[in-house]
Amino acid sequence: MAQAVISTPITAEVLRGNPARLRRERRMRALFFSAALLSVLISIGIVLSLLGGTIDFLRKVDLSTLWSDGWLPRNNLFDIKTIVVGTLIVALIAMVVAAPLGLGAALYLSEYATPRARRYLKPIIETLASIPSVVLGYFAIRVISPELVQRVFGSQVPLFNMFAAGIAVGLLVTPLVASVAEDALHAVPHALREASFGLGARRRSTSMRVVFPAAVSGITAALILGVSRAIGETMIVAIVAGGTGGSLFTLNPLKGGQTMTAAIAALATGSDQVRGTDAAYPSLFFVGLLLFALTLGLNLLSEGFVRRVRRRF
Amino acid sequence: MAITGITEATRAEVARSLTGKRRDIRETLFSLVLLLTLITALAVLIVLLFNVARTAVPLLMHQGGRVLGNDYSALPQNAGIRSGLIGSIYLMIFVILLAVPLGICAAIYMEEYARDTRLARFINTNIRNLAGVPAIVYGIFGFAVFAQLLGSVTGPKVGGLSLLTGGLTISLMVLPIVIITTQEALRSVPTGIREGGFGVGATRWEVIRSHVLPNAAPGILTGSVLAMARALGETAPLIMVGAVTGFLSTHGGPLASLREKFTALPTLIFTYTKKPLPELQDLAAAAILVLILMIFFVNLTAILLRNRYERKW
Repeated sequence: MAQAVISTPITAEVLRGNPARLRRERRMRALFFSAALLSVLISIGIVLSLLGGTIDFLRKVDLSTLWSDGWLPRNNLFDIKTIVVGTLIVALIAMVVAAPLGLGAALYLSEYATPRARRYLKPIIETLASIPSVVLGYFAIRVISPELVQRVFGSQVPLFNMFAAGIAVGLLVTPLVASVAEDALHAVPHALREASFGLGARRRSTSMRVVFPAAVSGITAALILGVSRAIGETMIVAIVAGGTGGSLFTLNPLKGGQTMTAAIAALATGSDQVRGTDAAYPSLFFVGLLLFALTLGLNLLSEGFVRRVRRRF
Repeated sequence: MAITGITEATRAEVARSLTGKRRDIRETLFSLVLLLTLITALAVLIVLLFNVARTAVPLLMHQGGRVLGNDYSALPQNAGIRSGLIGSIYLMIFVILLAVPLGICAAIYMEEYARDTRLARFINTNIRNLAGVPAIVYGIFGFAVFAQLLGSVTGPKVGGLSLLTGGLTISLMVLPIVIITTQEALRSVPTGIREGGFGVGATRWEVIRSHVLPNAAPGILTGSVLAMARALGETAPLIMVGAVTGFLSTHGGPLASLREKFTALPTLIFTYTKKPLPELQDLAAAAILVLILMIFFVNLTAILLRNRYERKW
């Protein structure tokens, strides 16, 4: 091939290359481009399907029921604040569990563990992250709710309550927080630590006053990501939060409540859909849009914090 | 300055270090607290596994044939998890045949072809945001598009709530994970390798096929395997597209059951966990053990692949 080019005089025809190869090149490029474009189509599809159902819902529903006593689709009550507050209660309890556990584990892995220990512990944390949420849902109803929540707060607490759901969601989110925060701590340049040690600081002062502040953007990103995951988590709350047939508005985490995701799941599995009115079924698109907008906002915020770290170091 | 700023505490500190008592109580306590958070996070995994195994192992030992050989049933003596097992394997095949190739193609475009244009940046941001969309929102999307819009194609007899719909939905959900991990694998191949290919006159696709893909293969494989693990455990999108009933048609082979009802292991766990009968809840434990073993096996494969082929440039 190379010889053939050398032995013939160089003309425009030769420089243009083999048309069959160029055609294949264009075909492959088009194939790859359409695959990349598919991801945009998915996003558009998600937004359109959510918007379509939401418009349908808002047309069918009496708007005053959106701010009433509870989320009870069978009785034509679609109180937004019930599911939003329920979601926030579960997410708050989850973060009270996940933030100290996740950040503590991340600090230990990054600042205290020997490289050898870190090599074994990090995959275990990642394995923890791969436990399906439905498994933690089972764990919540079999162990967390009866053995922990009911034992601490007394047996008048119902088996299905938001507190147990929050703890389980927190355990689910912990590995994610730990993993992202550990990456951020690990990315802090070693020179900063050495300068601190050189000034005579102990490991604790170095971790808390030098490494932690330097990684604060990444740690914030990890926490926001954790909140976003906690809000979007479905199976645990569908199993143990106690909102299967809808729920009245409540601020008490020891009662059963409804979250946005559990409301969608309940509508889909039919428990709320059966005797619901026209508006019950399209309401799941409305809740879906609310959930999508909320998590998208949090994810964009978290991405902004991560980008700040990258620019600094 | 150095002398006037000295406080009582500083003097005590200096005295302590000069007398050789270097251990600081607070320092030791701090590291212990951090270690404790890590241990708590890991202990949850152990308690969970122990709790599941305590129920599941005797059940599988004594009645393994019934549990693994029977389909869903509300009667404890007939109930099993076979349909869920087969359904989950079918869904895996969808992910391997659909999400993995599409994801690799999209990643190749983003890393090898796309220049730093506004469109490319938009597609990249879009992929990152898709990865953060809650699973249940994918379920709503799959329900609206594959079940309702294309219901006559995906499953005319079951209202579109078919294995095909489930497989497509779950594939789209893990697509961003495949794209992002493949992008990272491609990025880790040094530019010099590509330039070597271009230098001997290869077209871009030829360079990718002969130089880039073989070098990035371990990373791509690891990412694909992790996406499969994620798909195995995900429940929320499946309950949106009709996988709650617990039935799976296996008459006439896999191709015929594409357009029929389906179920998967995590949805069976959800169904059995919600049953009030303790015997059926025990069955959920057996299903969890099987599912966790499958996921750990898949994850282990990924970690081993990563360690086996990891290359330092």
